[in-house]
Amino acid sequence: MISEVIPTLLHSVPVDDTWITFDVNSFTQNFWSSTFDGLTFGAIYALVALGYTLVYGVLNLINFAHSEVFITGCYGVFFTLSALNFGPSAPRLGFWAIVGNLVLALIVAIIASALMAVIVERVAYKPLRQRKAPRLAFLITAIGVSFAIQYTIYWWRGPSPEAALTMFRPLAIFDVFGTIVDSQQVVIVIAAIILMIATDQFIRRSRTGRGIRAVAQDPDTATLMGVNKEKIIVTTFIIGGILAGAAALFYVMKIPSGVQYNGGFILGVKAFAAAVLGGIGNVRGALLGGLLIGLIGNYGQVLLGSSQWTDVVAFVVLVLVLIVRPEGVLGSSLGKSKA
Amino acid sequence: MSTTDGPTLIPDDASAQEIADREARMRRRKGWFPGLSDKWNALPRQTQWLILIVVVVIAYLLPILNPPLITTEPGNNWQIALAQMSVYALVAVGLNVVVGYAGLLDLGYVAFFALGSYTAAMFTSPDSPYVHIPYLWTLPLAMAVAMFFGVVLGVPTLRLRGDYLAIVTLGFGEIVRILATIIPAMKGQVGFQNVGHPPGTDSSGQTIFQNSNGTPWYWLTLTIIILVLLAAGNLERSRVGRAWIAIREDEDAAEIMGVPTFKYKVWAFAIGASVGGLSGALFAGQVGFVNNQKFDIATSILFVAAVVMGGTGNKVGAILGGALVAYIPLRFTAIAEFKYLIFGAALVVIMIFRPGGLLPARQSLLAYGRLAYNKLKGALGDIPASGKVVLEPGKGADK
Repeated sequence: MISEVIPTLLHSVPVDDTWITFDVNSFTQNFWSSTFDGLTFGAIYALVALGYTLVYGVLNLINFAHSEVFITGCYGVFFTLSALNFGPSAPRLGFWAIVGNLVLALIVAIIASALMAVIVERVAYKPLRQRKAPRLAFLITAIGVSFAIQYTIYWWRGPSPEAALTMFRPLAIFDVFGTIVDSQQVVIVIAAIILMIATDQFIRRSRTGRGIRAVAQDPDTATLMGVNKEKIIVTTFIIGGILAGAAALFYVMKIPSGVQYNGGFILGVKAFAAAVLGGIGNVRGALLGGLLIGLIGNYGQVLLGSSQWTDVVAFVVLVLVLIVRPEGVLGSSLGKSKA
Repeated sequence: MSTTDGPTLIPDDASAQEIADREARMRRRKGWFPGLSDKWNALPRQTQWLILIVVVVIAYLLPILNPPLITTEPGNNWQIALAQMSVYALVAVGLNVVVGYAGLLDLGYVAFFALGSYTAAMFTSPDSPYVHIPYLWTLPLAMAVAMFFGVVLGVPTLRLRGDYLAIVTLGFGEIVRILATIIPAMKGQVGFQNVGHPPGTDSSGQTIFQNSNGTPWYWLTLTIIILVLLAAGNLERSRVGRAWIAIREDEDAAEIMGVPTFKYKVWAFAIGASVGGLSGALFAGQVGFVNNQKFDIATSILFVAAVVMGGTGNKVGAILGGALVAYIPLRFTAIAEFKYLIFGAALVVIMIFRPGGLLPARQSLLAYGRLAYNKLKGALGDIPASGKVVLEPGKGADK
């Protein structure tokens, strides 16, 4: 019987057009526009990735709930801008009025995200630290708290995405290789890079930053040297929350209808992939990894023809990086970065 | 699993009574049913078998008994509910090998479940253009496919720290669902209807295995669970099982002691994956319809919740946890909508307050160690009660 089955089996292997198609034509045509879009997404991933990387550096823990910290920020943006009468079409407001509204939304998002990050830390991780629980317990709690938050939002807001919010109409700013770069892309990338540099400098130069690096290197010794470990851990979560809140504003700016109860989840996996790609625990690595994941994902999307391929490509990149260079492109360690 | 307290040092001069007291105290702290497993172990072998046979018979009779209060009717058909509970129990038994024995957190277990379901569907459903084989053949095939992907996924990630496994499996779980959506051959939301079923007709010429009748599916799955349990129990007590527990308790120490940790981790992962594939194929057969909507990450987290609730590392606990996770939303339909919220929060609460779950696993290694020590003591007779062996300097001892 088997001898009959195997040849039929081989014959019935589907030909490639029913599985995957490569659209090289579209790829060459859209190369530059997907590059700029990829960089924009990459900047957002990088901001979220920083939250993973910092917490991982300090606690050696994948904070699965960070994607929910991020989505909390998205809801902060959504509610603020809805209250300010933003809607699906671009608002008719002056330049400074829009900037003022966005800054307000940014502040709300940052507060919401940072608050959520602290709550997660207090409720889920601190009790385990006090009980000296094994690593597996931390991971299980992390995923549990992530789901509890996700489905609390689901219960509250329902399964469908929130109404779209357009913040401003993107203006063409300049032309590169026949492709238009718009103001939205420029704003997101520049703001994200400024935030990343600020974070990097904060961790390298400030007293708190030194504390974070000390705890990342050796928590016990740091405690002996007078670093308040608990305070440092909370600070790390707050920094991650602030960056996630900023990322939330840019995310809603880029994808106006992306606010959904599980909207943070896949973005979280991609951001984590970015952190690993750049070298987990490495602040500059998060930026590099984020931009790379954004680019690779967007190229994959254009090449393979569906936006959902972005996630698959990002995941495959994560696995490949783990095989070839698990410490990431720039190497990992928050503690070892120069003083 | 020893999650709160590691092996505590017992002073050498503690009396047997003190040791017993201390152990009783530790037990009380660890479970909802204190001392159950000790009472069980204290029973004679014949009694254990007798009780087991009664339990198994009752389990087989459940769909016919339809006990009041426990039954999920009128909200949900009791027999189908039982079939689903048994599939979840099988999933939990498989995942327990990965999470419970080897201590590897697999957050994408639903992917293997999905692979099994799709294997069964694509080789039996008339909607699939490919070769068709009898349904029962798809069970081993689903196991093989899931195991293959388990190894493919496990080999790159299991060499690294455990956390990477968690995120990679999480991604994998989502990716399988996305691929089912975007690969035309897997038919996305349209899916595959009329998935096959085992052959056989009853006296009136009716097919036995119908999608609307849960009883035969429940019996089939229950039988498979018993077989898997026997295999898992033997593995647990074998060299492989001891290696897994050693890895779970302290991977570095295990490696130093000469346990090839990578090899055994891949084994655990692959065996767990194959049971996931098997349960997926059973699920596909029972429901009769497979599409991309049933295999989201949330289901994966339910599986983890099943294992953690039941008691990580305890196979009986896993069955209980798996059955409960399926049963609670079916029985209490009012809260069914919030099941992910409830079980997500349950994971946090259990990990903080009751890391052992409903039926905590005993600290097997320590238990074996004490057993061996008592045997030795009995055999030699004259080892001092403290068990202290005084080494004299210069007589073979290094220091």
